[in-house]
Amino acid sequence: MSAPLLEVDDVEVAYGDAVALPGLSVAVAEGETLALVGANGAGKSTLLRTVCGLLRPRRGAVRLDGDDVTALPAHARVARGIAMSPEGRRLFPSLSVEENLLVGGYARRRGPWDLAAVYELFPLVAERRSRPAANLSGGEQQAVAIGRALMANPRLLLLDEVSLGLAPVVVAQLYAALPRITGQGTTVLVVEQDVHQAMAVADRVQCLLEGRTVLEGPAERIDRTALAAAYFGVAR
Amino acid sequence: MSWVNAVVQGVLLGGLYALVAAGLSLVFGVMRIVNLAHGVLAVVAAYGALVLGRALGLHPFLALLLVVPAMAAIGYLLQRGLLDRALRGGELAPLLVTFGLAIVLQNVLLEAFSADNQRLSVGALGTSGVRIADGLSIGWFPLLAALTGVAVIAGLGRFLARTRTGRAMRAASDDPEAARLMGVDDRRIYAVATALALATVAVAGVFLGARSTFDPAAGATTLIFAFEAVVIGGLGSLWGTLAGGIVLGVAQGLGAAVDPAYGVLAGHLVFLAVLAVKPRGLFPSAVTA
Amino acid sequence: MTQLDAPRTAAGTGSVPRVRRGGRAAWAGGAGLVAVVAVLGYLPYLVSRGTQVDLVGLFALVVLGTMWNLLAGYGGMVSIGQQAYIGIGGYGLVYLAETVGVDPFLSVPVAALVCALVAWPTSYLAFRLSGGYFAIGTWVIAEVVRLLVTQVDAVGAGSGASLTAFSGIEPLYRIAFVYWMSLGIAVVVVVGVYLLMRSRLGLALTAIRDDPTAASSAGVRVTRAKRLVYVVAAAGCGLAGAMIVANTLRVQPGSIFSVDYAAIMVFVVVIGGIGTIEGPVLGALVFYLLQDSLADLGNWYLVVVGGVAIAVTLLAPRGLWGLTRGRVELFPTGYRVAVRR
Repeated sequence: MSAPLLEVDDVEVAYGDAVALPGLSVAVAEGETLALVGANGAGKSTLLRTVCGLLRPRRGAVRLDGDDVTALPAHARVARGIAMSPEGRRLFPSLSVEENLLVGGYARRRGPWDLAAVYELFPLVAERRSRPAANLSGGEQQAVAIGRALMANPRLLLLDEVSLGLAPVVVAQLYAALPRITGQGTTVLVVEQDVHQAMAVADRVQCLLEGRTVLEGPAERIDRTALAAAYFGVAR
Repeated sequence: MSWVNAVVQGVLLGGLYALVAAGLSLVFGVMRIVNLAHGVLAVVAAYGALVLGRALGLHPFLALLLVVPAMAAIGYLLQRGLLDRALRGGELAPLLVTFGLAIVLQNVLLEAFSADNQRLSVGALGTSGVRIADGLSIGWFPLLAALTGVAVIAGLGRFLARTRTGRAMRAASDDPEAARLMGVDDRRIYAVATALALATVAVAGVFLGARSTFDPAAGATTLIFAFEAVVIGGLGSLWGTLAGGIVLGVAQGLGAAVDPAYGVLAGHLVFLAVLAVKPRGLFPSAVTA
Repeated sequence: MTQLDAPRTAAGTGSVPRVRRGGRAAWAGGAGLVAVVAVLGYLPYLVSRGTQVDLVGLFALVVLGTMWNLLAGYGGMVSIGQQAYIGIGGYGLVYLAETVGVDPFLSVPVAALVCALVAWPTSYLAFRLSGGYFAIGTWVIAEVVRLLVTQVDAVGAGSGASLTAFSGIEPLYRIAFVYWMSLGIAVVVVVGVYLLMRSRLGLALTAIRDDPTAASSAGVRVTRAKRLVYVVAAAGCGLAGAMIVANTLRVQPGSIFSVDYAAIMVFVVVIGGIGTIEGPVLGALVFYLLQDSLADLGNWYLVVVGGVAIAVTLLAPRGLWGLTRGRVELFPTGYRVAVRR
């Protein structure tokens, strides 16, 4: 087996004196969808922020396709093919929906995703294209945020808490689009609190507790009871 | 007729005030920095054209071809060297640094050029015009200056609305971290914004320097007039700023028609009145982000 | 200096924290301050008139720096228009003493009161702006005041006026009296700001500076506290303006309303250490000592002032006093908790 597309090697990340990740390793193979699950404060979002370059680890390395990108700032990682839909959507409120998508394509990477492809994936977004991004519902905003990340034509797509604050039916609609994204060969790393949703879309699941991996395995073979125990940190 | 004339001259002057204000607004809009050196930088550009005129015999318009890129380069380096650092130093630091810069530049100009009044000569263009009626004529040069101001503001608006870099600028203004996640190097974008602001203020400075006399201390009034145009027009809209500049120019023109000593004061009083009665400006922007 | 009763913890026993302000340095500071003021107060018997006139300039710098620090360092308001109140203070003294016929020494505090009365309604205009736009707004207000004053013939319009009300006093005594008055004002202003910052208002201002939203939701009346600071700073700058005019006996709109005062205030506060009581005093002393060598530089003098302000802001934002890293507090405004073991 060749090197994984993303290799997070024993990273230690701290906010000041508070260590969030004491030394975590994560690997995602090309074309794979990995779901990181875990309770609040498990270090999932910290890991994603380290992968996309917003946080620098104190120790350890982040490698993309074997290249060490640990020292690269976030904007340069986009050019290498790492794009993220951040927690809380973070759309640009004074820009229209279409402008948000166009900023997503700022890095001008070639690939299957452009305005037309995103509009086809999310027809509702197409209808809202000229509206200010601030005037959308939560689900619409999340669709735009995913579309905006796709506009970078990433090799690795990071999705942070897609379900946050959304009704289950809306979450299901959004995740229904995922197979068409992975179908283009895109590798996906999902961080999700909604464990059922995560298990449904992922090839593999990795459960974190206090910055450490407590359980991992192929999604279809993970035992729900064991996962629940790992999630809450009981019976370790 | 002198009243009509005062209004017309004020409108024409307002276009240039708005042009200075546009750069001030751009830097504030993108980086939340109020550049207190903005006015003196316009004066630096005027002295730049003066030196080029004396040394190479360049007409001010030709000098613009050198002064504008030079000021843009200065802006880029200023952002990278000083203002980026100041931005990391908290809320007060950018103000203290730009105010310090204004003091430094003004006194360097004073040392280099003395306090004498200077004026850029644009030749016959400066004195000819079209006579519309008795006591009412429009000079070609003030008209050209105002139209240039409007054109540059329109160009700036189009740049921000339509181009990839302009969109990135607005995105970085909304949320710099999210912009970084889109591949936008926000510090480079900031430097480009400051470069652009200084390029526009260079145009304004050269036109202002040819329209009337200037000295090293003129930066203070230039900054104040630009700021008044921004506040009168309403924060956050380039066309509002243009309208604010025109209101200010007309107020100064009418004040000066009463007594030359009242021109600037009348402008200040209109500004204070707007601040008291309509603090969001006469033409507030429709977008409330 | 004060020791508060330690709060009783539920545990009651064991180590009880002692909450106190200051420490040995503060006692030494207080004693030192008394000694320095006593020496300064005796100086007119020892030094020349010229030296006394120079020192009044230093006291004015101390007052101006302390007031600007109150505004920016504690109130978070960068004003580049305090020259409005310096001018009103200076002109107020001349007008009251010359035209109204008030005793010139009494005119000084009255002129400061006038500044406060002007500043209070003005704050309603200025506070509509914030941050950098507030800074330019204060500058516009100063310009308006200057332009209006130059229209008033009673105070000499554009050419200014002289203060002759002291002519009944022998110059030897006049200079000494003005010196003592200025020393007294400087001491009152510094100690006054120190006491202000130890009061509830000081606590409120610190909260506002750290997080205005949180302070507001915790019940701090943000705007009222800032307005009080603005008014106090105006009165203080008015005192400084009156001191300057009482010292030089001349007032001119171009110089008393000069924005150079703003530059000097920024320099004094930034180099000394913004947000401390000691910083502006130290900064004023530095500026005073540099003044003579800077004066030879001509226009380069303000280039140096601006350049140093930039460099200190970027490289040593806590200023000279910050170099002590909080180890020495002559004027402690915060509390220290010491746990006895």
